[in-house]
Amino acid sequence: MAELLSLKEAVARLVRDGDIVALEGFTHLIPVAAGHEIIRQRRTGLTLVRMTPDIVYDQLIGAGCASKLIFSWGGNPGVGSLHRFRDAVQHSWPVPLEIEEHSHAGMANRYVAGASGLPFAVLRGYTGTDLPAQTDTIKPITCPFTGERLAAVPALNPDVTIVHAQRADRAGNVQIWGITGVQKEAVLAAKRSLITVEEVVDELEPRPGAIVLPSWAVTAVAEVPGGAKPSYAAGYYERDNDAYQAWDAIGRDRESFTRWLDELTGVKA
Amino acid sequence: MTEYTSDEMMSVAAARALGDWMSCFVGIGLPSTAANLARRGHAPNLTLIYESGCLGAKPSRLPLSIGDGELADTADAVVSVPEVFNYWLQPGRIDVGFLGAAQLDKFGNINTTVIGPDYANPKVRLPGAGGAPEIAASCREVFVVLRQSPRTFVEKVDFVTSFGHGTGKGDRERLGLPGAGPTLVVTDLGLMRPDPETAELTLTELHPGIEVDQVVEATGWKLKVAGDLGTTPAPTEAELRILRDLKRASA
Repeated sequence: MAELLSLKEAVARLVRDGDIVALEGFTHLIPVAAGHEIIRQRRTGLTLVRMTPDIVYDQLIGAGCASKLIFSWGGNPGVGSLHRFRDAVQHSWPVPLEIEEHSHAGMANRYVAGASGLPFAVLRGYTGTDLPAQTDTIKPITCPFTGERLAAVPALNPDVTIVHAQRADRAGNVQIWGITGVQKEAVLAAKRSLITVEEVVDELEPRPGAIVLPSWAVTAVAEVPGGAKPSYAAGYYERDNDAYQAWDAIGRDRESFTRWLDELTGVKA
Repeated sequence: MTEYTSDEMMSVAAARALGDWMSCFVGIGLPSTAANLARRGHAPNLTLIYESGCLGAKPSRLPLSIGDGELADTADAVVSVPEVFNYWLQPGRIDVGFLGAAQLDKFGNINTTVIGPDYANPKVRLPGAGGAPEIAASCREVFVVLRQSPRTFVEKVDFVTSFGHGTGKGDRERLGLPGAGPTLVVTDLGLMRPDPETAELTLTELHPGIEVDQVVEATGWKLKVAGDLGTTPAPTEAELRILRDLKRASA
């Protein structure tokens, strides 16, 4: 049974130093406000997981919250590189960042295994690439029926998964629609989950194609209108592409980033 | 004659490679521009598939990312990311994978991971693999589009993110890779195709006004040139109009 909490309380209770934390969202419904709350609460030593770490992960990494990143594509979509991520990988600033690198298909299947309660997944992937030599969570496996060589990847079971969704009811049932990426799998794979939502309603109207995460599969729900900005929430608001462009300049150097961070955390300059 | 830029020539040449009624797994950036240009021009029945789970997207402008709301709103179906990779890509249902690259080598191997020989201490850290390794493995064939320079066209990529033809003909078969791999590379200077005997990328067409020497200079290996070197037709008025309309609508 999901609890309805404030964002501040939910992050305080669910996200602990050193946790494996997934904030998922595939361009759409990225839980940005929750990421900012993690920064404000100054969590450290997190293993951050996400298929497509974008600017909120750049911010978490720049703020020194993460010691490891598990991912398959790290960039500012449609804009370019993540400069805080680059700085951490290339110069260990502000702290060293270990990386565990996969392909999208590998990450998606790791969540599927996690959500399925299985120890690993198999896929016809990575063949011929240099990724398996760098990533020890990719191993060859032989199909016991056909003898085909495939790749095995271990289940991903985050300590906590955070996603953003359109709506929940007061009992904590959550409804998500539009591009739903790998959010359902990431929530079901996690030990604890927090769903930030645009609004809490008395009754969820059925929507064709929507995913419903039942209250009993979710730990906490927090009402955070605009919680995905500058990404978007279908039916509520559009992506703020200018903000993604603007991040490139802010993230590019340590000084402008630090000013941004001070502003977020309320530190007086 | 209408003026056009080398980038416009590249986009048009890439779009022409896509046939009507094909299905195409689209990467963001240049591949997405080319695929959308094709769909609005000569290939109205081209199925565009984006890794965000949008199958059959029909955007009215160029998406700024693979998860743009416009792609979802106009798609035949929006499916989960595990589904797009496991059900649609992996079994080999998709005709063409259209990819960009940070580095491409003479056997069509793609690097989007790190620049520099040391993965742990890279000169430049790039975004990484995304969907590309499996797109390059499983689509029936792969087209690559990127601007040509000796920095991007290298003898051997620093990191094989997505497998092309490995070290030559037969490598894909030996590894059991289902697709044909890169069959076409489109640049701002011309077109390259793998040599049928060796799988080495060979210049087969020049864009109008480009000399062979220019392409050789912009290539980081000793580029082979096809005996029957052709010339790409210049962009037509109609192609340029569609491309510019798309760019304008997306600005």
